Amino acid sequence: MYPESAHTSGALDARSRELRLKAVTAFAAARRGHLPSAFSLVEILRVLYDRVMRFDPVRPQWEERDRLIFSKGHGCLALYAILADKGFFPESELLGFCQPEGRLGGHPEFGKVPGVEASTGSLGHGLSMGVGRALALRGQGPRVFVLDSDGECDEGSLWEAALGAAKHRLDHLTVLVDCNHMQSYGSTAEVLPLDPLADKWRAFGIAAEEVDGHDPDRLEAALARVPFQPGRPSVLICHTVKGKGVPFMENNPSWHHKNRATDAEIAAVRAALGEVR
Amino acid sequence: MRRTCLDSVYRLAKEDPRIVFIGSDLGSGTLDAFKREMPERFFMEGISEAHVVGMAAGMALEGRIVYLNTIATFLTRRCYEQVVLDLCLHRARVRLIGSGGGLVYAPLGPTHEAIEDVAILRPLPGMRILAPADAEEMARIMPHTVEPEGPIYIRLGKGGDPVVTDPAQPFRWGMPALLRPGRGILLITTGTAAGLVLEAAARLAAAGHDPAVLHLPCLKPIHLEALRAHLAPMGTVVTVEEHVVTGGLGSLVAEVLAETPFPVPKRFRRVGLGDAFPEGYGSQASLMGMCGVSAEAVVSTVLGLLA
Repeated sequence: MYPESAHTSGALDARSRELRLKAVTAFAAARRGHLPSAFSLVEILRVLYDRVMRFDPVRPQWEERDRLIFSKGHGCLALYAILADKGFFPESELLGFCQPEGRLGGHPEFGKVPGVEASTGSLGHGLSMGVGRALALRGQGPRVFVLDSDGECDEGSLWEAALGAAKHRLDHLTVLVDCNHMQSYGSTAEVLPLDPLADKWRAFGIAAEEVDGHDPDRLEAALARVPFQPGRPSVLICHTVKGKGVPFMENNPSWHHKNRATDAEIAAVRAALGEVR
Repeated sequence: MRRTCLDSVYRLAKEDPRIVFIGSDLGSGTLDAFKREMPERFFMEGISEAHVVGMAAGMALEGRIVYLNTIATFLTRRCYEQVVLDLCLHRARVRLIGSGGGLVYAPLGPTHEAIEDVAILRPLPGMRILAPADAEEMARIMPHTVEPEGPIYIRLGKGGDPVVTDPAQPFRWGMPALLRPGRGILLITTGTAAGLVLEAAARLAAAGHDPAVLHLPCLKPIHLEALRAHLAPMGTVVTVEEHVVTGGLGSLVAEVLAETPFPVPKRFRRVGLGDAFPEGYGSQASLMGMCGVSAEAVVSTVLGLLA
């Protein structure tokens, strides 16, 4: 198992706090959302969009772009933050999160939100769609990334898809597991144990590595090595903390899907992220 | 009918490089020529329907047109959420070819009997549903399945069904096909049940009645005006389907009847499977008879309404 001590300590830099505050902007507009689930994967998205993936926000359907299937749909506050940050849509749209006239829903929708490659929210769908996209794109250049949660690994369909990915030797397909060790009710160890998770993926024919999911440099270094083995899909298990960056939210199930957040709670989140008012 | 359908997929794929075929774990030798001649577009992906539907959606989002075949129950029940979300919500060009619609697999029991497939697919936004009556109609319909946006469900009957459709009636999405003109009585059917309905019509004709027989090869979308025009002059309407009477053809016609102010009042009944899993095995025809879907049942239902 990945050593716990390796991934919980580091302080967040300005870029990580900036992206979290953008997610808070959307959260505050609706006073609801899966904020801790988004905070665990900010660094994963940040590294993908800042350093790894090829894309063009002006042409979101550019054929040569790398594809990200954001299978962990409930983490979309972070996705919206980075897409707005990159210019896929104006940052002012974050204020429309979960609003009647907004296009940023509580789960992201393909065809509505520029840069969203699949409508997700029901877990266990994204990897199959990623396999399909990867098969269609084989030999053409674009890479396919699929972001799953660790709780999502409860879903049987995900493992069906893993079998298919290995069969077709899709080494331009990379799965990132946001492994925050928590799910809605409590810890994954309590609800449905997944360990040894990396070995499970390896047994399915996927080359697996583990990394501190909040360390941008280690994430980048790991992603620079994919495919970890030629002819095999890769999985990078990113060990993270649910609610990372806001101490009272970290690993706190009552924040999993917060509703009717108060002004005081929102202010406390912003303060914890170092926002100067 | 299945052979005609799959042969059509092969021919269409030869002309259109966007077309791919996916099977789950089909019979040995299925579409061998396709696999031999277009191996990069032929996929046999295992007993994993949820994954296969999602994978098909992913391919469709990259511009492919996917024909996906397996047993109808597994293609609808097992992966329903993938059909709803991955196909319908994404308007994915995936064509679900459901083998054994209805009671084709009677000897194999309820796990293989697709008796509510239409009912569970009909409410899905953007889903198109086809149920041809015979192989010749299937051959005429298949070229129309390439271009439409969004998913299509193709319900296959048993092989060797008698040819009852008229090649002079071209297929148009949503349009019903009149198999037998008549007066006062309208028998409405879909899929291969058309055969038994024509037989019932012949018996009613021998008894001095003149029933019309209307076949719906396309259950969604429906050309409502065309259907209403057929319904309008008729006083007796009976639907006949190899499917539960809730949610399928019978419900569809009942909805139209309930919401249309027809000048001619209607007596209406639905013939189909009731609210129970089929009991017994035997042949498709014998099980249909046991379940109350037969020419005799249609005749007695009509005569009961007229009495």
